[in-house]
Amino acid sequence: MTDAPIIMHEEQFQQLRHILNKLRLDSFSRVVFLVDKNGQQIAAQGDIGDLDTTSLASLAAGNVAATGGMARLIGEKEFPTLSHEGERESIHICIIGRVLLVVVFDDRSSLGLIKLRVKQASRDLSAVFDEIARLAEQRKGSEESLFAEITDDDIDSLFN
Amino acid sequence: MTFINYASREINCKIVYYGPGLCGKTTNLQYIYDTTAPTAKGKLISLATETDRTLFFDFMPLELGTVRGFKTRFHLYTVPGQVFYDASRKLILKGVDGVVFVADSQEERMDANIESLYNLEENLSANGYDLLKIPYVLQLNKRDLSNIIPPDEMVAELRRKDEPVHEAVASTGTGVFDTLKSVAKQVLTELRKS
Repeated sequence: MTDAPIIMHEEQFQQLRHILNKLRLDSFSRVVFLVDKNGQQIAAQGDIGDLDTTSLASLAAGNVAATGGMARLIGEKEFPTLSHEGERESIHICIIGRVLLVVVFDDRSSLGLIKLRVKQASRDLSAVFDEIARLAEQRKGSEESLFAEITDDDIDSLFN
Repeated sequence: MTFINYASREINCKIVYYGPGLCGKTTNLQYIYDTTAPTAKGKLISLATETDRTLFFDFMPLELGTVRGFKTRFHLYTVPGQVFYDASRKLILKGVDGVVFVADSQEERMDANIESLYNLEENLSANGYDLLKIPYVLQLNKRDLSNIIPPDEMVAELRRKDEPVHEAVASTGTGVFDTLKSVAKQVLTELRKS
């Protein structure tokens, strides 16, 4: 079965941002962001500057998908974490359910510290995503979709 | 899989360009990239071999505008067309909201089109999708070449449902935006239904 859409509301979005920000400060990392497994960025915190987080999100998801494919070929379910260490900047990726937590860090931090802090943040993030799934289930059918009101003219206007 | 963010008022959708090797999937994306205003697009990422064949995927984010106060962002992907990259194609279809099948109109590529279309159906099914149910467009590309099959013959062979069919010359841009518009409309219409 395919996954249901992720529907993010203000309260959970702020909670995610708060957890990401805490992780960034506690781990002395440069940028922390959340991406869904299909490559769409959910939230980002940190010194983003001119970092192209949209492309990074897509490539991180591609990276996890490719290594997940390799894992299955050798009889593993997936590789739950991935680390890429560069000369100055490094990336650590951790799979949390249907999302990826991506941490970009430099020599102000270390892989050991990142792994420790990511483990703690993962539990908090999992709880928020459980709540998002619970709310989506609860609201299913009980709430008129905002998008039900979209007209053909609305859609056409995007292309004119 | 659509991602709807009420907090930042954004809708994000994923569209995948599929088709046999050298049919013009990357050329479609390249044309869209070259002719779109810088403010509406991100970088075009191409994971290609040294000979410019797609190795994993091409990717570009495109912002189309606002619907009911929500920014609509389309993430456009291509798959590698060469037969032996099947594992990668399957991965890229994960979470797809709409598919464009780019068919090569040259007579000698018809078998490759048919094989790739079967492969699309199989890989969609492996990801839990049904080609007959998802937003889908058929593009007949390379209509400027001399050794091409008439459109009605291609449609008879390749059309799977009542999907829109667009003739195109991706290298000059003919039909490229009509194709994109066609699939994007279906994706947004699907969102309305859900």
